[in-house]
Amino acid sequence: MSKVIAAGGSPVAISVRDASKRYGALTVLDSVSLDVAAGEFVTLLGPSGSGKTTLLNIIAGFNRLEQGKVFFAGMDVTDLPPHKRGIGIVFQNYALFPHMTVAENLAFPLKARGIPREEAAKAIDWALSLVQLSGYGARGINQLSGGQRQRVALARAVVFRPKLILMDEPLSALDKQLRERMQIEIRNLHERIGATTIYVTHDQREALTMSNRIAVLNRGRIVQLAEPREIYDRPADSFVAEFIGEGMLASVTRVDDHVVTLNGRRFRTTQKVPSNGDLVLVMRSEKLRLACGDEENVVEAVVRRHVFQGESLLALLELDNGFSFFYRQPTHIDMDHRLPGEGERAAFALHPEHTVVVPRSAE
Amino acid sequence: MRRHLNARFLLLTPAFLFVGGLLLLPLAWMLVLSFVDAGRFSLVHYARMLSDPSYAKSFWLTFQIAGTVTLAAILLGYPLCYWMLRLSVVWQRIVMICVLIPFWTSLLVRTYAWLVLLQRRGLVNTTLQDLGVLNEPVQLMYNVTGTTIGMTHILLPFLVLPLFAAMQRIDKDVLRAAAALGASPIFAFWRVFFPLSLPGLGAGAMLVFVLSIGYYVTPQLLGGGTTVMIGQIIQRNVELFSAWGAASAVSVVLFAIVLLLFYGMNRLVSLDRVFGGSN
Repeated sequence: MSKVIAAGGSPVAISVRDASKRYGALTVLDSVSLDVAAGEFVTLLGPSGSGKTTLLNIIAGFNRLEQGKVFFAGMDVTDLPPHKRGIGIVFQNYALFPHMTVAENLAFPLKARGIPREEAAKAIDWALSLVQLSGYGARGINQLSGGQRQRVALARAVVFRPKLILMDEPLSALDKQLRERMQIEIRNLHERIGATTIYVTHDQREALTMSNRIAVLNRGRIVQLAEPREIYDRPADSFVAEFIGEGMLASVTRVDDHVVTLNGRRFRTTQKVPSNGDLVLVMRSEKLRLACGDEENVVEAVVRRHVFQGESLLALLELDNGFSFFYRQPTHIDMDHRLPGEGERAAFALHPEHTVVVPRSAE
Repeated sequence: MRRHLNARFLLLTPAFLFVGGLLLLPLAWMLVLSFVDAGRFSLVHYARMLSDPSYAKSFWLTFQIAGTVTLAAILLGYPLCYWMLRLSVVWQRIVMICVLIPFWTSLLVRTYAWLVLLQRRGLVNTTLQDLGVLNEPVQLMYNVTGTTIGMTHILLPFLVLPLFAAMQRIDKDVLRAAAALGASPIFAFWRVFFPLSLPGLGAGAMLVFVLSIGYYVTPQLLGGGTTVMIGQIIQRNVELFSAWGAASAVSVVLFAIVLLLFYGMNRLVSLDRVFGGSN
């Protein structure tokens, strides 16, 4: 079997080719292709109904494809049942076996593979220490907190050292603080064991925090597949721009390759303006700045409302044409006094580097 | 606070009077009767149960039939529930109604229906003969076989209802996790699905068994006088011999056995752990 090599140079661990899936008249996956390099952490990000979980289920083997193929390290696994695919899996609701202890849960994938008892015991100890639950083996599942249960689920997914781990919104049942701590832990875990990981989430911040690359899905298609910074700074279209970050989209008119106009004002951008279609300017709240003196890319707006949000102040702004957008400013003593009061007019500037013009995605 | 408490107890009164007056008092009275003979305290009714072998024989037969019926109900009901689980919700309802229709029909009607089916020139015998399976009709009723068939049919819903409910409660992701983690369908069934369905199976089997032990109508009609279960012994003592003391003693023993069974069942299947509830 010839080794398949990804664009980056490492071998391809997972390759999905032209995958399509329909439920009756509804197309949930529309000819999706995805290559994931060995050891990579790729997040499938999208709103509910975008097809991200379906894509994960297809990689896991739970869903049959109507069309297309799935390859693991070059081998066609399209018709292989889940239990022969050798994957570790973590679900949102943990999906631990409620009638087994922690150790028995971890032993399950080892027993299923006929691994001898002594070797299994060693692997279980190793996996428990990996998730900082050494000594919890004899506990029942109902004696654990939500965070501990998710750690057991993680340990169970890695205990047999799979080359591939799939996680379906594993942290969304946890509260915010625990979730952020677990995000870091999962990253560390991934770095230690180096298994190729596919992670499904609808939380853009989680995707940005954890991934090597993010695949943004909308209506059964991958709209953009890129590194987090690229996704944030260079969104492919208005859907990605709106889904990731806090931004409002303003309709603009193209002037030339690097200039558009908004409400009569000229905006220069360092990126090339798409040549056709309906164009929008991405007004990210944290990229806006109060303009001082003669600047380019300036827009005048009325401050409608201030909202205090702890680490930052959010101001709701409105253009003469009724378009409203947000401006966010850190609540630092040096910044505070400069924010215009409610009802006042002020000029706001966007740096040409931060001036992002994208085509409006089809509704 | 006091008023509030009183008001709540007031709500309980009808139920309390009903259960107390019509269940607990008669039970206590039955217990008293079983120890009384000719107006004096006596153990004669219990002694007779030990000395007369027909009692032991009937108890043994009752448990044999109850055990067979329970086993048959499990063998029929478990695959049925497992199959139903895979159907769409609409079909699940349709099949469930099919299971329940006999349940809503009079016990007597169903038993007589079996009488028609199982007789020497009944549908079962003639079909088997037409198919060449049998050369001459076999005795399917007025014996243990007929009683067992009739009772299994009548009691099957009591197994199916709790078992199917328990199967439906099993988290689908747990089964998916088992498959993804490398468990073949058979391994996953025995290690995950079956243990998680046990509380429902236990509850259903318990219901069938306990109801079987006290069964009267079906063995009376399909047993043909030779299959005498405990319920019939009690009935004969009361109606034929007006021996209330003897009937009470048999009832007390039967009742004690059922209580013991419940106690043992509760110890055996620790429901808390199986359901993942906190303790």
